[in-house]
Amino acid sequence: MPGPQVATELSRTPLHGLHVRLGARMVSFAGYDMPVQYPSGIIKEHLHTRAAAGLFDVSHMGQIALRPRSGRIEDAARALEMLIPGDILGLAMGRQRYTLFTNAAGGVLDDLMVSNQGDHLMMVVNAARKAADEAHLRLHLSDSCLVEPLVDRALVALQGPMAEAVFAAFAPDLRAMTFMDVKTITLLGEACIVSRSGYTGEDGFEISVPARVAEAFCEVLLRNPAVAPIGLGARDSLRLEAGFCLYGSDLDETTTPVEAGLDWTIPKARRTGGERASGFAGAEAVLGQLATGAARRRVGLRPEGRAPMRRGALLFRAANATTPVGIVTSGGFGPSLDAPISMGYVSRDAGVLNTQLFAEVRGKRLPLTVSKLPFMPTHYKSLRSPQKGANAC
Amino acid sequence: MLKYTKDHEWLRLDGDGVATVGITSYAQEHLGDLVFVELPSTGTKLSKGAIAATVESVKAASEVYAPVGGEVLSVNDKLTTEPGLVNAEPTGDGWLFKMKIADGAELDTLLDEQTYKSLTTAHDGH
Repeated sequence: MPGPQVATELSRTPLHGLHVRLGARMVSFAGYDMPVQYPSGIIKEHLHTRAAAGLFDVSHMGQIALRPRSGRIEDAARALEMLIPGDILGLAMGRQRYTLFTNAAGGVLDDLMVSNQGDHLMMVVNAARKAADEAHLRLHLSDSCLVEPLVDRALVALQGPMAEAVFAAFAPDLRAMTFMDVKTITLLGEACIVSRSGYTGEDGFEISVPARVAEAFCEVLLRNPAVAPIGLGARDSLRLEAGFCLYGSDLDETTTPVEAGLDWTIPKARRTGGERASGFAGAEAVLGQLATGAARRRVGLRPEGRAPMRRGALLFRAANATTPVGIVTSGGFGPSLDAPISMGYVSRDAGVLNTQLFAEVRGKRLPLTVSKLPFMPTHYKSLRSPQKGANAC
Repeated sequence: MLKYTKDHEWLRLDGDGVATVGITSYAQEHLGDLVFVELPSTGTKLSKGAIAATVESVKAASEVYAPVGGEVLSVNDKLTTEPGLVNAEPTGDGWLFKMKIADGAELDTLLDEQTYKSLTTAHDGH
C-alpha cells in the first residue's frame, strides 16, 4: 500500500544554482537543499579556509529586523533584553554581539547575533529555529516592536586570513572594521550589511546581500584564486575546532548558558546586583547557576587515539565504570589538528581540565582527555585587547 | 574480477579460498575523505553480513559488512596511518582485509560488476 504522499519540498537559497554548477553534493539541512561539499572535499575545503579564504552560503539562516514602534532604538533594545541575558542597551551603533534566547527554565531556545543598525536591531538566527524565533519575538515584543524577517536576501560568509585582502578590493574601508563591527556598504549597486564575524575562528566577514545580486557577488569573489567555495561539512569541522556550539547538538532547551560555558555572554549589568539584573526569561535559574556553579559543563575533549568520538557517545570516569558522567554532543575530525576532537557535557568534578575519561564507541571504552576550548587558536581582527569571545559558541 | 554487494563492498578471489575485501569507489566517493578505519582482528570469524570494519569520514561513521562468511587472515595496516588510501585507491592499496572463505556457495549471492553498476546508477537517479 502506498504511504501518504508527504511533500518534502526543500527550500533553495538564492545561491542554489551556483552550488550545482560548482559540482556541490547537495544534502537536506534544516529544510534547505544545501552544499555539504564541493568536488575538492571537506578536508581540502577546511584547510583552504584556514590558509586563504573560504566562501560559505549561509542564506538558510534567519535574518530578522526588530524595529521599535517608538522609533527609539533603546526601546527595541530594552524589549529584546526581556528574552535574552545579554546587554543590548549597551550595544553601540555599528556593533554586533553574540547572545541567546532563553526559556523560563533558563534553557537555550536559540543562539544568535544581534547588531545595532542605528534605527533598528538586526538578528541572525539558526535556520532550524527561525520560524520559532520569529513567533517568540512576535508573541513577546509586538507591543513595542515590529518583527520583520528579511526575505529575498542571501547571507554569505567570507572567512580566512585572506578574506580582508579579497573583500577590501571592493570596499577599501572594510579594512578599518574590527571583530564584531557592522556596517552597511554598497556592493553591485545594492545596500549590503557586512559584519566582521564568522563561525570558523578565522578573521572574516558575513555579508547580507539582496538575492538578485547574490550569485553575481559570489562569482566575482570566486574569480579570485584565493577564494574557494566551502560546504557545510567543512563549516562544521571549522566551528568544532574553534570551539563554537552548534544549536541542536551542543545547545538546546535543556542546556543553560552556564552549563554551556557561555557565562561570558551575560554581562555584569544583567547579573545579580547589576543595574538591569534579571528581567529575562529563566533569570532565576541562570543567575542561580552563576552563583553556585552548574552541575555539568560543556568541555572540550581530545581522544587519545585516532578514532573520532561522535555525538551521543557516553562518557565514563573509568574503562569499567557503569554510570556515565557525561555525553558527547559534537564530535568528529579536526583537519587542521589532524586529530579527532569532540565536545560534550560532563559532571562538574569530571570536567576538570586534563581529566582522563573514557568514551564508549562501538562497545569499546576509548580514552580521551578534557581539554581547553577552542582547540585551535582564533585569529580575529582586533584593535582592542584580545577578544573575550575567543571561546564564543 | 571483482564481485560486489549491494552494500558497496567488493571482494576479489585470490585463490585457495582466500579473498580480499574493500569498499567500492562509489562508496568512498559518497563517504568523502576518510579519517579513520577500524579493522577486524586477525582470526575473527565473521558470518556473511556481519560488521567487519568501520570507515569514518570527517562527517560520519559507516559500517562495512562481510560479503561472505569466513575468517580474517590479515588486515591492511597501512590504513591506520593512511586512511585516505581508501579514497585514493579503493580497489587497490585501499583494500581492508583478507579472509578465508568458509562456504564457497555464498559467493553466488554476490553481484557481478554490471549488476552492481546498474544498482549505483539507479541510486544516483534519486
